[in-house]
Amino acid sequence: MTKTLYDPNFEHDACGVGMVADLTATPTHKNVFDALTILENMEHRGATGADTGSGDGAGLLIQMPDSFIREVFDNVPAAGDYGVAFWMIPKHLVMSDVQSTIDKALAKVSLKSGGWRVVPVDSSILGPTSSASEPVFIQQLITSNGAESLERSLFAARKMLEHELPIYASSCSPNVLIYKGMLSSPQLRQYFDDLRDERLITSIAVVHSRFSTNVLPRWELAQPFRYISHNGEINTVRGNRNWMTARETTLKSDLLPVEVSDLYPIITDNMSDSASFDEVVELLVQSGRSLPHAVLMMIPEAWEKSTFMSTERRDFYRYHAGLMEPWDGPASVTFTDGKIVGAVLDRNGLRPARYWVTKDKRVIFASEVGVVDVDPANIERKGRLQPGRVFLVDIEQGRIIDDEELKGTLAAKAPYGQWLNEQQISLDEIDARPWLAPSHASVVRHQKNFGYSEEDLRLIIRHMAQVGEEPIGSMGSDAALPALSTQPRPIFDYFTQLFAQVTNPPLDAIREELVTSTRVTIGGEDNLLTETDRHAHQIVLPSPVLSIDEFAKIRYIEESDKAVGFKTSVVEGLFPSSGAGTAGERLAKAIQEVTNEVVKEVRAGANIILLSDRNVNKDFAAIPSLLLTSAVHHRLVAEHIRTSAALIIEAGDVREVHHVALLLGYGASAVCPYLAYESIDDLVEKGELTSAASVDARYLYGKGLNKGIVKTMSKMGVSTVASYVGSQLFEAVGVSDDILSRYFPGMKSRMGGVTLERVAQDVLTWHSDAYTPAEGERIEIRNKGEYQWRRDGEIHLFNPHTVQKLQHATREKRYDIFKEYTKMVDEQNDAKVTLRGLFNLKPAATPTPLDQVESVSSIIKRFSTGAMSYGSISGEAHETLAIAMNRIGGKSNTGEGGEDEERFDTSDPRFNRRSSIKQVASGRFGVTSRYLVNADDIQIKMAQGAKPGEGGQLPGSKVYPWVAKTRHSTPGVGLISPPPHHDIYSIEDLKQLIFDLKNANDQARIHVKLVSEQGVGTIAAGVAKAHADVILISGHDGGTGAAPLTSLKHAGTPWEIGLAEAHQTLAMNGLRNRVVVQVDGQLKTGRDVVIAALLGAEEYGFATAPLVVSGCIMMRVCHLDTCPVGIATQNPKLRERFKGQPEFVENFFEFIAEEVREYISLLGAKTLDDIIGDTDRIAIDSKTSELSDFDLSALLAPVDHNQRRQTTKQDHEMHDALDWTFIDEAVRSATTGVSTTIASKINNINRAVGTLTGSAITRALGADKLPDDHIQINLEGSSGQSLGAFIPQGLTLRLTGDANDYAGKGLSGGRIIIKAPSASTFETDQNIIAGNVIGYGATSGEIFINGVVGERCAVRNSGATIVVEGTGDHAGEYMTGGVVAILGDIGRNLAAGMSGGTIYLYDPKKTIHDHLSAGVYEIDPLEFEDDEKLLDIITRFEAETGSKKAKSLLSDWRTARMDFVRIETSEYQRVRDELRNG
Amino acid sequence: MGKITGFMEFDRVGPKYRPVPVRLRDWKEVYEPQDEKEVSEQGARCMDCGIAFCMQGCPLGNRIPVFNDAAYKQNWAEAADQLFSTNNFPEFTGRLCPAPCESACVLGIAADPVTIERIEYEVVEHAFANGFPVSRSTSTRTGKHVCVVGSGPAGLAAAAQLRSVGHEVTVLERNDLIGGLLRYGIPEFKMEKAVLDRRINVMKESGITFKTGVSVGDDGVSLESLRSEYDAVLLAIGSTRPRMIPVNGAELTGVYPAMTYLEASNRAVNTSTTSEIDVKDKNVIILGGGDTGADCLGTAHRQGAKSVIQIEIMDRPPDERPADQPWPTMARLFKTTSAHQEGGERIFSSETLEFKGDGNLQEIVLRDNSSNEIVTKAVDFVFIAAGFVGPELDQVGLNQDQFVTNRATLSVTPDWAVKGLEGKGQVFACGDAVRGQSLIVWAIAEGRSAASGIDAYLQGEPSSLPAPVEPYSLSW
Repeated sequence: MTKTLYDPNFEHDACGVGMVADLTATPTHKNVFDALTILENMEHRGATGADTGSGDGAGLLIQMPDSFIREVFDNVPAAGDYGVAFWMIPKHLVMSDVQSTIDKALAKVSLKSGGWRVVPVDSSILGPTSSASEPVFIQQLITSNGAESLERSLFAARKMLEHELPIYASSCSPNVLIYKGMLSSPQLRQYFDDLRDERLITSIAVVHSRFSTNVLPRWELAQPFRYISHNGEINTVRGNRNWMTARETTLKSDLLPVEVSDLYPIITDNMSDSASFDEVVELLVQSGRSLPHAVLMMIPEAWEKSTFMSTERRDFYRYHAGLMEPWDGPASVTFTDGKIVGAVLDRNGLRPARYWVTKDKRVIFASEVGVVDVDPANIERKGRLQPGRVFLVDIEQGRIIDDEELKGTLAAKAPYGQWLNEQQISLDEIDARPWLAPSHASVVRHQKNFGYSEEDLRLIIRHMAQVGEEPIGSMGSDAALPALSTQPRPIFDYFTQLFAQVTNPPLDAIREELVTSTRVTIGGEDNLLTETDRHAHQIVLPSPVLSIDEFAKIRYIEESDKAVGFKTSVVEGLFPSSGAGTAGERLAKAIQEVTNEVVKEVRAGANIILLSDRNVNKDFAAIPSLLLTSAVHHRLVAEHIRTSAALIIEAGDVREVHHVALLLGYGASAVCPYLAYESIDDLVEKGELTSAASVDARYLYGKGLNKGIVKTMSKMGVSTVASYVGSQLFEAVGVSDDILSRYFPGMKSRMGGVTLERVAQDVLTWHSDAYTPAEGERIEIRNKGEYQWRRDGEIHLFNPHTVQKLQHATREKRYDIFKEYTKMVDEQNDAKVTLRGLFNLKPAATPTPLDQVESVSSIIKRFSTGAMSYGSISGEAHETLAIAMNRIGGKSNTGEGGEDEERFDTSDPRFNRRSSIKQVASGRFGVTSRYLVNADDIQIKMAQGAKPGEGGQLPGSKVYPWVAKTRHSTPGVGLISPPPHHDIYSIEDLKQLIFDLKNANDQARIHVKLVSEQGVGTIAAGVAKAHADVILISGHDGGTGAAPLTSLKHAGTPWEIGLAEAHQTLAMNGLRNRVVVQVDGQLKTGRDVVIAALLGAEEYGFATAPLVVSGCIMMRVCHLDTCPVGIATQNPKLRERFKGQPEFVENFFEFIAEEVREYISLLGAKTLDDIIGDTDRIAIDSKTSELSDFDLSALLAPVDHNQRRQTTKQDHEMHDALDWTFIDEAVRSATTGVSTTIASKINNINRAVGTLTGSAITRALGADKLPDDHIQINLEGSSGQSLGAFIPQGLTLRLTGDANDYAGKGLSGGRIIIKAPSASTFETDQNIIAGNVIGYGATSGEIFINGVVGERCAVRNSGATIVVEGTGDHAGEYMTGGVVAILGDIGRNLAAGMSGGTIYLYDPKKTIHDHLSAGVYEIDPLEFEDDEKLLDIITRFEAETGSKKAKSLLSDWRTARMDFVRIETSEYQRVRDELRNG
Repeated sequence: MGKITGFMEFDRVGPKYRPVPVRLRDWKEVYEPQDEKEVSEQGARCMDCGIAFCMQGCPLGNRIPVFNDAAYKQNWAEAADQLFSTNNFPEFTGRLCPAPCESACVLGIAADPVTIERIEYEVVEHAFANGFPVSRSTSTRTGKHVCVVGSGPAGLAAAAQLRSVGHEVTVLERNDLIGGLLRYGIPEFKMEKAVLDRRINVMKESGITFKTGVSVGDDGVSLESLRSEYDAVLLAIGSTRPRMIPVNGAELTGVYPAMTYLEASNRAVNTSTTSEIDVKDKNVIILGGGDTGADCLGTAHRQGAKSVIQIEIMDRPPDERPADQPWPTMARLFKTTSAHQEGGERIFSSETLEFKGDGNLQEIVLRDNSSNEIVTKAVDFVFIAAGFVGPELDQVGLNQDQFVTNRATLSVTPDWAVKGLEGKGQVFACGDAVRGQSLIVWAIAEGRSAASGIDAYLQGEPSSLPAPVEPYSLSW
């Protein structure tokens, strides 16, 4: 089979979940019916692929329907004395064989079959994909034959059977029955006849619809699973699975009818993250823990930094943290055992979860509200699930058990606190030990030995030791791909960090620090299935970065009388520098010996293994610490003794954040970078560090590492180091299969690469440099030119020669010099720098005459400039690019900083400064209705090549007045771009944003910008299913923006791999022809474009090269505002130095296009379309040797001819938008000036209502604006997501009912009023009537909500006025302007990262300080002018909504006003006062 | 590195010149010492560019941003250490180099470049003054012996490099003192000979043997005998055949190649005697507008010439970069050296048609190429500074086609071996003898590179010595 880059393991899914429960425990068919209705009303949260008859998966869980079972089976024992297995049996199996195997297995656990029933289904509705794999559905009645516990026996039998046969039971229980399959939400009801059978009744019904990014969903991966339904993604699942495998031998349970080992593997291969999670929950429950207990062990709330949690509850979590690492990631998990049903939200609250309780004792819970009709008068209360909180319905007790009560009960189950006090210790309790400081000469020798570069010392270590943070760099990376480099490289460089994009959000570890934790526990782990005091016998480390003091304490722990029962064993990681065999063979042998020794030590009782290379000397070189750590970790996993000991690494090669992150990711619990510390001492000694004492400098360095690790984790959406350890969230770029399979099992080499021999030789090169010079001779730590070009350093594609040639060629319009430039780039590139350098083009036998090849101007249409914000680059530079691209018919990109409205004027074609592509990034700066309407393309930036998974920051000093204007912010006040889009926590959210933007401009193409990493293919498939028009794959090396050096160098992969993977995966899913694929990332020559075309890209972006053409000389100081050529600066003095001209840029693109033509001719084709995706035209220049075994053939896997490029358009599913019913009337009103009022019903499937109308008004009016309330639309019901997104001034939406997430997103002057129905009886300030992320990125307008809203209200508000009666966590986050008035309770972390604007909080209980985020705020009582302003706002709020709360405040305003506080930042006040005083 | 905003805060400030009347009275170097704080500020102007174009501009690949930064921090030891890692003789280049690095300085795109050369000078002088190491050495002894023919900057650099890895080195010089052009071609006011002697002493202390008054070739020791005596031979014999002006009267007394004049003057200064060619109270014309011409100019003024005119055949160069010589190349620009500040007249676009005289030079006939006007000027001395046409290969018996490039220089392999002289006692060559007349910095770079080639040859494995340039490489 041809190698491809598609791998089903990269699959992600996200979903809608729902539940109906009857507190009176009355089973009805209505519950089934309503649950299915919920599912159907959340269809937009699921997806279908190219084959619309095949859904990604849908399912329903109900209580065992005893009466129904009695109807369809004979001889049914009493309820509770039987179970039903619901088998999916592949059609190719012989049924009688299956039956007899099952019967045998049942007999082993004293069960017997009570009969079979083929479940009637309607296969005719299936599409080809689902039809091809459709199983036979069998329900089997199973009865006890003397089994001790029916439920546990059923569990054991099923588990054993699934390992024995390729069959699957969606449920096998006495309590529940699960109908599910590879179906779309509406298909579920049609497919299973039973579901339409009125006899099927239940008092609990849980539903789930799945949105898989993958092409190949499977029947058994539909949800609900046996205990849980999961909406989310477990980011750390690789590590969690490994740890479960590792602890298998410790598992013992008296409760199970068989040995636990009979059930191995606990985690079945090739299942989804949710399925693995379910299997562990199931094990924990079957071995004796309660269901909520099991779930809370796996998804603990953020307890580490909580200041309010009771000691007992904290002890509960602290104790369990020593048993199991969290399963970290966004999650809304619904769980049920048929008696209780509950739900829990992850610590970040990254999934929506809303519930209604009715007066007739039903609970309806779902990802959205409005999914079933309920009479408003029947509503008792409306709520939402909060981050880390549990919501539990106990059917037997007939009541809802709240979070506090449930957790209180669990915490009181055992004396956890006492156990911890007796058993757990911290290093502070142990006496310090002395250690020796080495001499300068010895430090330098070690530095040389471990491959230090002068840049490591100067740019990284010194910087971190000085400021306690990672250094920042700019302009991406154009140096050689490490695996291709001819210089010796540390093995760390071949691994790149994975990051979250689309399917789960990266986190903001700075602004949302309260959910992060660096705490780790070390020591052995005990049997997971029991709980005793011994389980707490562990050492707690506050962070995984050990100081030398801490390290010494652990090293000699046995000598401390305070830590009994710990045994540290030191194992040296060295290999002979010379001797028999090749370097690689000696290294391999040494690793083998080390792992043997570690196994021996652990078996002999060591519970801390310390791997050290400290004793490196002339005869012995160091085993690279990553290789050593991973080899030992995996060996211990394989021996099933991994959890008996912790790994601590003392390594000389560790100096960067990336290094520590890798060691943690591959199994280390803590790391001591001793040589980095010694280097710091040496720098202090030499006067290179300004801090007086080494101890401070070391502390700062360690702090910097810690911060960096948290940031690296949060890029992947992981919050705790405990779950990051062993999570393997990396990919190898250019590492041989041999290395990976031996030392990094579970990782796959997609293209081969460096061999162990190369790794060993590199180490020995450094070793010999360090030890060959005679004693006393000078050893120089060389600058290797990785970050900055150095003449004797690493190759960079942009170097003095190429920059000079490129500038000269484009200034003088000299194609001959341009050809010299491209020749230099392409030749340098040849097999030394980039993957494309390993490709050769195959010329055609007869080239096409050049005059028959597609024209320059036609090719240029496919070119665009990269997203560089106005703010990061100067107006001069920004407009030069726009003017040039508009003249030649290409596209320029606004970047994320908005665009001055003056630039929308396109009347002068020679100086048209409007950027065709409008970017929408997480900061939403200047994203208004007009901005969007003035776009040809709208680009959603999910990630950026330089720093995927991270946000950005524009310091106040760079927010010049003209920048502030386009960003709708305050001059001089800093701005933050959050790491995630707060309206995209999952694929269905992205689908929603695409829909919103399409509504905001139905003529624009919607782009989604992704960064290349493994799995980007399946993400791209998901994005295509989410109806993006264009998918942009960015390389890791591009990126003109500022980024931490760790990200700049160590995150993401080259575009060649990402593009090929995306292209192949899209094609395999039949989705490639629906989308345009664009690529960017260090494209420099015509050859680059042609290679990209052959790998499947249709459009091409350039950023660095046009900047160089405009005068950039790669200073790499973009982040410092000191660009000496006036490009990356706002400083007027420096901007005067800008010498770029649009003509230069035009010349560049014309030259590139001309060169592309020459290649098309060479290839014997006529147009670019002819060659797109035609990988046959590429030959691989694979030079394999003992040092590398590259095999790039998987990048060239051919795809279906019809799937090579876009040939058809997406269906944006806008035809049934509610707006069509009133848009004409609204536009007429806008253009005639006659105001109008429109009324309509609304339902949760009506999404982005008002947006289409708003964009039509904006388009019709141009720069004109309507007066407020000119067009009023009155709605009744539950609105779908994104109500009133981006609506402009003059449009008012009044909703009576409730709203889902994202109402008022990007509000651009319009008004949105949401109020409770008059028939409702609940207190509005205690009930939630609008969802999460209300008013995100609003720039102006008003949102009045007569009730409580969810998390993250008014995030990145920059000008709107928002009034609510209560909010969840993180309200006002990143706010830069506008006013938010909160009249009721608030959640945690108020105003995090807020830089401007005003929050008024009604705080009669004076609890503001308990809720406020850490930051510099001014919290004051109202001043006179506030008083007037607020009074006016609340008065209008009351008038609009009839809010009882507002009414009561207004009735005694003199008193009420005293209980308001005003929250602003000091920075904002200072700047505002300055502006006021001129 | 440097100070991030340094380039916006400080203007370019070089060292002050000593007042012209004062400096014309002696032969001392023309600069006043520069204040350390000022040097530091000048270092602060370095922008630590992402692409250090200066490093490419410098044939040696000097680590300019690094020592600029160290100078900014007044960490002279570190600066010197970095400087000596790429340059054996920064005390020469710091005084004499026309600084292609500064032409390539990024700051020069829109402002004045960093005073790289002067910072280099300060760094090396601090090193000597404070006793920091001023050369690299090893205790290893390879037992191999290399003979370097020629003691100009190329030969000296090669010798120092070869010695630093443990080879025995003997340097042969045909003149009476070591230094080649550095000794007799550079006037004292540009570099005092004490600076050269200081360096020679360092090299002697490192164990290098110097022999003066030894000619190689027909009238001395033969190349073949050197080849049998030594493990390798390096020809660093320079490009010393002067370009003359083929017009009537060139044989008249009073018409001299510039180098003859400078050598005579240097000998005189060295021995505190009067030069054999003394221009006191005479009218002097210098043909050639380059640096050698300027050296003659300064020398003539110090000797007390009555008048000095410097004549250049080419047009006056522009003050600003022309489009065809874009940054970062070393553009041909109008340059005012210290010698020009001291007086004299400069005439451009003038071609010499004839020298007239009665055995002694009396007049020169010139044509102004811009106006075609013919001018005759009375003159006592003419010094021809029109460059050099190549090495004196006939001297060493290598002027056959097989050894020579089409530019009449030695033809070498990429490893600096003279083509046709491989094998036992392999002959190498570097410097102007290979490249043709060039800058001292190129000579040092070639000497270093050739040393690397020789070391590899002697050791039979890749050399640890750096090779900053390849033979015949271009600057941009």
